Amino acid sequence: MKARIDQHPILGKPEKGRPVVFTYNGQELTGYEGEPVAAALKAAGVMVHRYTKKQHKPRGIFCAIGRCTDCVMIVDGKPNIRTCITPLREGMEVQTQYGVGGKPFAEQEAAERKGSL
Amino acid sequence: MKRYDLIVIGAGPSGLSAAIEAAKRGLHVAVFDENGKPGGQLFKQIHKFFGSREHKAKLRGFTIGRQLLAEADAAGVEVVLNAVVIGLYLDKEVVVRLGDEIRHYKADAIIAATGASENMVTFEGWTLPGVIGAGAAQTMMNLHGVRPGRRILMLGSGNVGLVVSFQLLQCGCEVAALVDAAPRIGGYGVHAAKVARTGVPFYLSHTIVKAEGEDHVTGVTIARVDEKFQFIPGTEKHFDVDTICLAVGLSPMSQLLKMAGCRMEDNPKKGGQVPICDSYGETSVPGIFAAGDVSGIEEASSAMIEGRIAGAAAACRLGFITREELEEASSAYRASLSQLRQGMFAPENRGKLLEKTEEGVDISMNLLQKGYLLDEEVEKYPGVTRRKGIHPVIECSQNIPCNPCQDACAKGCIQVGKKITSLPVVDGEHPCIGCGMCVASCSGQAIFLLNEDYDETSATVTLPWEFLPVPEKGARGTALGRNGEPVCEAEVLEVKTAKAFDQTRLLTMRVPKEYAMKARFFRAAESGVGA
Repeated sequence: MKARIDQHPILGKPEKGRPVVFTYNGQELTGYEGEPVAAALKAAGVMVHRYTKKQHKPRGIFCAIGRCTDCVMIVDGKPNIRTCITPLREGMEVQTQYGVGGKPFAEQEAAERKGSL
Repeated sequence: MKRYDLIVIGAGPSGLSAAIEAAKRGLHVAVFDENGKPGGQLFKQIHKFFGSREHKAKLRGFTIGRQLLAEADAAGVEVVLNAVVIGLYLDKEVVVRLGDEIRHYKADAIIAATGASENMVTFEGWTLPGVIGAGAAQTMMNLHGVRPGRRILMLGSGNVGLVVSFQLLQCGCEVAALVDAAPRIGGYGVHAAKVARTGVPFYLSHTIVKAEGEDHVTGVTIARVDEKFQFIPGTEKHFDVDTICLAVGLSPMSQLLKMAGCRMEDNPKKGGQVPICDSYGETSVPGIFAAGDVSGIEEASSAMIEGRIAGAAAACRLGFITREELEEASSAYRASLSQLRQGMFAPENRGKLLEKTEEGVDISMNLLQKGYLLDEEVEKYPGVTRRKGIHPVIECSQNIPCNPCQDACAKGCIQVGKKITSLPVVDGEHPCIGCGMCVASCSGQAIFLLNEDYDETSATVTLPWEFLPVPEKGARGTALGRNGEPVCEAEVLEVKTAKAFDQTRLLTMRVPKEYAMKARFFRAAESGVGA
């Protein structure tokens, strides 16, 4: 079963913008312009949006209406962007968020150690 | 600082209704909404609404949303989107974040129509990706055209849990189970029945022990709970699912009203902390009103009426209409509102176990626990009768405020009567012509057309069909009973569509005579819904 609904018994064919290419952790994905970034990621099978700062636990979509902030990611270099209410645009760079950083925790820690030397 | 006569916070059903009523009476009105699109949650509601014609019953939520937007536009309401109201002060100063700017506005009256947010429950693994709110599921599938998951477990049997489960099935997802810690289904029996007949099992007095999975949900374990909601060891059940939906109630988003200094109360019957309002929705601060879910959790139909009353009351407060004019406008709205608050699901009946309908018929305990009427009890209800030839069978067994079936029948076969919550009665005097309008107009999908004399050996059953694929004429498959279990073989004779049916198709299947009162759903030979 595909994640995208091509035809709905009540709503018909979903209205979508034009297809656009964006990147997810450097990997090229296609979504539709104007749909939430989270919808495009969900359609591509991405479940984990970020890992929490203290316990490094995974988080994904929870409320999908911009309320809970579980789905925040780094978008075009800016952390804490609520992907469920941020419209997708051509060429957007979307990254998994680790704490508030864009690099996995091991790399963040290594960089911190280097910085404190 | 920009000034308005009235600022409405929230462009959902109640906020738009309030703005329309005020603007129609000459007020300069702005509506602020934090979302990119107006309409609140209405555009996610793809089911037909309950009530009567004046409540826009049998229209789908998104249709009502479109009508409301057109009405707001015609009335000259200014809707400001992506505008997050972050402050509301006693002197009716409104602080709004627009993009990267903070702006201040003032109005002589304020109507807070901020709605509600979804509740959650915690269990082991509840933060895993794949555990989502039922509202999130609706948003993903009905607004963005993306399925929330492949196989889903729904927690919560209130109307939201039931309706969203059905919508998940409609977009092609599988619903593994519907689970609720309560001993009885919280929502309308008809909503449960349309889910149950597709084969979704209900587990009442059960709740989630844990969500399983490393990085996202791969399964869930539920277990039975005792009357103190404690797990009973040894009753665990596992389901392979990729998504868990939580439909465990809503809480009013009343923070702005509290901030403005309105007197608040904790009222469990209203869903949490709400402002204390008079019958017009005016809070303890003169000129600040509340309408819709923010003043107590109900549903969109009553939210729209509350909005209209508050809008008219704000016009009166500012001297645009007289007290008499307000009374005249609001008395009709009040009557309409009180209709929606009657019946078994009325606010005062919340949590009560009713054993009899208003007519004195036993309420089905099986419906409350399993989601369907038993074959042996269905004929107790006044909508279920037998007669020669084609006729409607209305499996409506609870007193809910709804009567489109009565209006649908041009021949007068169906009577609900003056009291909107009465069970529909099918009389034997008026001829049924088999038009199917009643089947298509029943918001609860509880009406079937039966012809027990189709030929020597078979009967026909016509049922509402809102799934894909649509079975073709001549398709063979299995008829399912009210419990979703196979009862007999079936052949599709006809699938009717009509503009007046509003996307509901009427599927007529032929079954052996003896199963006419049992067969209530169709499963095509090769998979599809109910597989």
